[in-house]
Order: sequence, then structure tokens, then C-alpha cells
Amino acid sequence: MATKDAPVNNPMIDPVTEEYRVIAPGHTFKSVTEEVSRIVLTSHTPLGWWFAVLVAGSVAGMLLTAVTWLFLEGVGIWGITIPVAWGFAIINFVWWIGIGHAGTLISAILLLFKQGWRNSINRFAEAMTIFAVVCAGMFPLIHMGRPWLGYWLFPYPSTMNYWPQFRSPLVWDVFAVSTYATISVVFWYIGMIPDLGTLRDRSQSKFGQFFYGLLAVGWRGSVRHWVRYETASLLLAGLATPLVLSVHSVISLDFSVALMPGWHTTIFPPYFVAGAIYSGFAMVLTLAIPIRRFYHLEDLITIRHIDNMGKVMLATGMIVAYGYSTEVFMSWYSASHWEYFMMWNRMFGPMGWSYWVLITCNIALPQLMWLRKFRVNVGLMFLMSLIVNTGMWFERFVIVVTSLTRDYLPSSWGTYRATKWDYMTFVGTLGLFTFLFLLFVRFLPMIPMSELRMMLPQAKLKEVHGEPLPEAGD
Amino acid sequence: MPLPEGTYGLMAEFETPTQLVRAAKAAHGAGYRRMDCYTPYPVEEAAEAIGFHRDEVSLVCLIGGLLGLAAMFTLETWISVWAYPVNVAGRPYYSWPAFVVPAYEWTILWAGLSAAFGMLALCGLPKPYHPVFNAPNFRSGATTDKFFLCLEATDPKFDTTETRSFLEKQAPLSVVEVEY
Repeated sequence: MATKDAPVNNPMIDPVTEEYRVIAPGHTFKSVTEEVSRIVLTSHTPLGWWFAVLVAGSVAGMLLTAVTWLFLEGVGIWGITIPVAWGFAIINFVWWIGIGHAGTLISAILLLFKQGWRNSINRFAEAMTIFAVVCAGMFPLIHMGRPWLGYWLFPYPSTMNYWPQFRSPLVWDVFAVSTYATISVVFWYIGMIPDLGTLRDRSQSKFGQFFYGLLAVGWRGSVRHWVRYETASLLLAGLATPLVLSVHSVISLDFSVALMPGWHTTIFPPYFVAGAIYSGFAMVLTLAIPIRRFYHLEDLITIRHIDNMGKVMLATGMIVAYGYSTEVFMSWYSASHWEYFMMWNRMFGPMGWSYWVLITCNIALPQLMWLRKFRVNVGLMFLMSLIVNTGMWFERFVIVVTSLTRDYLPSSWGTYRATKWDYMTFVGTLGLFTFLFLLFVRFLPMIPMSELRMMLPQAKLKEVHGEPLPEAGD
Repeated sequence: MPLPEGTYGLMAEFETPTQLVRAAKAAHGAGYRRMDCYTPYPVEEAAEAIGFHRDEVSLVCLIGGLLGLAAMFTLETWISVWAYPVNVAGRPYYSWPAFVVPAYEWTILWAGLSAAFGMLALCGLPKPYHPVFNAPNFRSGATTDKFFLCLEATDPKFDTTETRSFLEKQAPLSVVEVEY
């Protein structure tokens, strides 16, 4: 429903700005608190939740099976071969970590830009980041062949007198991703402390009071604490912003430092970062749309959020499209025979279909989001989020597989075919991600209550230094 | 140290942030210094009203970040130049541009951890027990929708009857005595 033909009395539309409201009108501090905390503190877990946990848990069980067999048999059960030694593991790693980036973008960058609408969605976007990083981090580990020796990646005084090679982007990656995981968890937890205090105080059960009391570390809402808390949040946001940009840049350097045609380009860092944010926003929508419906959170996660996320996706999608066209242009302009062949092979080679899937999902169809009518249609936006996530997965597939299968020497060309273990591992991480997310939604406050309270009109002071403000009247 | 006993302070409950800030200003103006406000979301004006202007979180964060930077850059240099020098196609052992990336990540890691845990430490958290939780109306309001001002008994100006009548004048919902 576009604003123009919306009924004038639609309460979700602000009459002054004609924009959809960020929070439905008529809420009080207490009502937003109850709206969020009831989901966690209820003694009646909805049946739908149990059902979803069962399904997601079974799919995660598939991951367990696949990984167990992998540890017993080795990476030979996967489709990776020479020349495609990277395969699904790296595709999934890059895809998952990219998804995580939108969480940090929403919580950090939009905080710095004072985008108030982010407040309702930042907590679960951050949770999404953490669970996506969990899924992502698993792939390089299980790809190593001997994952129990994964700690060799870190600098430590070993009896072999061995130290990591700090000139390699693969070692940079270890520091980038481990820092990213740590800072994301810390940011998420610190942001949650006041809400955990609320849950502690509202919980009726002894166990709940103890559990949330432990997590809330004795938060009592002192204004001195709030001032420090606000500073720390702002600092963490300021630190997470360059961090998130660096993480995907470093990941893209894993590719672009190699001399492979199609990889060895300087556009990779910005284009990877834009793609990461693009797919991440798509995943936020994939999660937010069913959740707001299932838990009746339409008052707090409004059409405005969906509309805004659509705009961000459109913008980042256009950056990604620019990246693709630059690649095509440079393959011609560089006058490099191998670059030219790489692009031809990408488009019309044996796996050319995957390139066109990517173009359709990432560039062609998302153009529909120019239409406001499309962006405010919840069902269509859900569909679009799935399309974009598919497209972004194929982007990584195209980058990894088409370049590796056919490099400089035709005698070393090969092909790539994923095995059932590859598919089970990938689908299994989707299950694990959903499973962790469901636990989060049930046991932790998924919408930051303290930040919602700040957004309500009654949170504004009615006078400053004894002088009433214009709209005063308390 | 023996456990403190008796009165921790007097706690006034307010309906709106405006009333709280007004009362906090009045208390500060009347000479009270040992006091605190408790709110369900950050009310910066209340912090200013009770004379709390500066927090040291940024400084802790800066020091942490610089330490992280120095630690990683030193480690990389030591490893690549002295502990495990590897000659890669004649490139210098001290290839500092390559060392920038992990050093950058550790700057952020240490700065972030310092900001987060420094904030908790400066707040004196974790502190599961605090006398204000003994106020009967505190837990249902302070983290949900009510605003509290607590004038503490350790303040030299504190006097149970006088302070109570002072708080009563600030139009609170209630004034209760908080025990240790």
C-alpha cells in the first residue's frame, strides 16, 4: 500500500511526514516492555516454536552427521579436487560471514548515523551476526583436513619452533574473523545488559530471576551507569564499523592476492563488502518477517523497517551491480587474454548458467524494489530476501568455481561437482543457524526494550533548565 | 569489613523523566551530593543534574586500543624478523605493510574489550546485590517505566525527616526508606 492511496486515518502513517511510523502510536514504557518480555517470560511456549525447533534441530543433526563422517574419512568425501580445492567450504564461509555483516551494519553504522528506526531490529540482527559467524567459522576449520590442529593458525610458542606467516591474507583472516566474532558477542551482550535487568525484575520464577540476574550482572539503571554504558556502546559501534569493513575486505584479499584470473582485481574489497551487506539485509528480512508475524510484533517491527531495509538492499545491490559491470569492463579493457577468456567462460562456459542465476537474482529482480508498492508488501519482500540470498550464494559459487576450474593452462583444467556430503553440510548449517536463532528468540529479549523506550514521545523531557519546551504540558 | 546496617537512603519514585530531572536538580541545588537516579533508559539530563559529567570509558578504550596495536605489531615484527624469518622471493623480513592488517584487527579487539569491560569495571559491576533493590517499588519500576531518585544516608546533609519532607515537595509518587 503506497502512502498516496492509503486511507488518511491509517494510524501507522504519520500525518506530518506521510511516512510509515517506526513504532505504532499509543505505546507506553510499560506496554513496549511487556510486548517484548512476554515472549521470553511466558510459561506457555508456543507449539509452533517447538515444531520449528524440532525441524531446525533435525537439519542441524544432518550437519553433525556430515561432519562426523568428514572427521572419520577426511575431506575426500567432498567434491573438492585439483584444480577446485576450495569448493563449497569457502563458498559457504564467505556467504555466511557476509550475512553476518548486516547485523553489525544495523547495530553499529546505523547507530552512528542516528537512524532511530534501527532500534527495533538491531538486537536480533546482532544475534544473526553471531550465529552466522558460528556457521562461517566452522567451514575453514573443517576444510583443514585435520581440524584438531586448528590452533596452529594462532601464534603460540610451539615445540616445533614454528610461527605463522604474517604476510599471508589467510593468516590475516584468522585475526579478522576471530576479532569480528569476539567484538560481535561483546557488543551484543553489553547491549543486552539493561534488558536482562528488566527480565530479572519481571520474571516470576526463581530460576528465571537467578538466570537473568546472573546475566544482568546487577544492572540497576543508575544514570551514572547509563552514561558510561552509552559511551561504551558508541565506542563499540565506532570500532565495529571499521572492523566490519575490514573483515570482508580481508576475506576478499584471500582471493585477490592470488594470481588467478577473475580474482586478481582491486575492486574485490569494496565489492565484497557491499555484497555482504546486501545479503545480510536480505537475511534480516528473511528472519524478521516470519518472526513479526508469529509473535505479533507488527507494532514494533513495522512496514517502515521493511521499507527501509528494501532501500538499503536496493542501494547495496546497485553497488554490487557496479562491481559486476566493472569486472566485465576490465576483462575487456585490460586486454589480457586470460581475463577475457575467464569472463567468457563465466558467462558461456560449462557453468555459465550459474552466472545468469546470479545476474537474475542479484541485479534483475531486485530492481522491483524501486517501487514503493513492492517494498511495503511484506510477502513479496520475503520472497525477494530469499532470491537475493540465493543470488549471493551463487556469486561466491561463480567466483570460486569458474575461476578455479579453468585457469591459465588448459592441461590443468578440471570441473567441480559437489557431493551429497557438501550439500548436507551446507543445508545443515542453515539448520544450525535457525536452531540457534530459535533458542535466542525464546530465551533472550530479541528487541531492545530500553532503546524502544527512548523512542517513545514521552521519553522526551518537557523542560530544560526550568524552561518548558514548546510542546510542554505535564 | 562489617556489613553496613541501617538506612541506605531515601528513595523517591517519579512518573515522568521531567519530574525526576527537576527533583534531581533541586536536590543538587539544596546541597545534596551523594545521590543517584535510576531510570529505565538513559536520561542524560538526570546525570548532569546530579553533577556527573565525565566518564572515563573513552580513555580506557584508547589505552586498550594502543596496547593492542603495539602488542600485535611487535609480535609480528619479532616473529618475522627474529623468531622465524622466512625468505619469500627475496622480500624484506620486516614487511610492515603486511603487518598492518593483523595489528589493525588487534587494535579494534583490545579497544572493544577495554571499552566493554572497562565500562563494567567503572560501574562496579558485576554487583548482584545492592541496597536499592530492597525498595519495595524498585524492581517493578526502575527497569520498566518509573524514575527514581535516591538520596543516600552517607551524605552529610542527610537527615531522615528533613530529607523526606524535601523529597515529598518534589511531587513524587512515593518516598520510601531503603535499608541495607
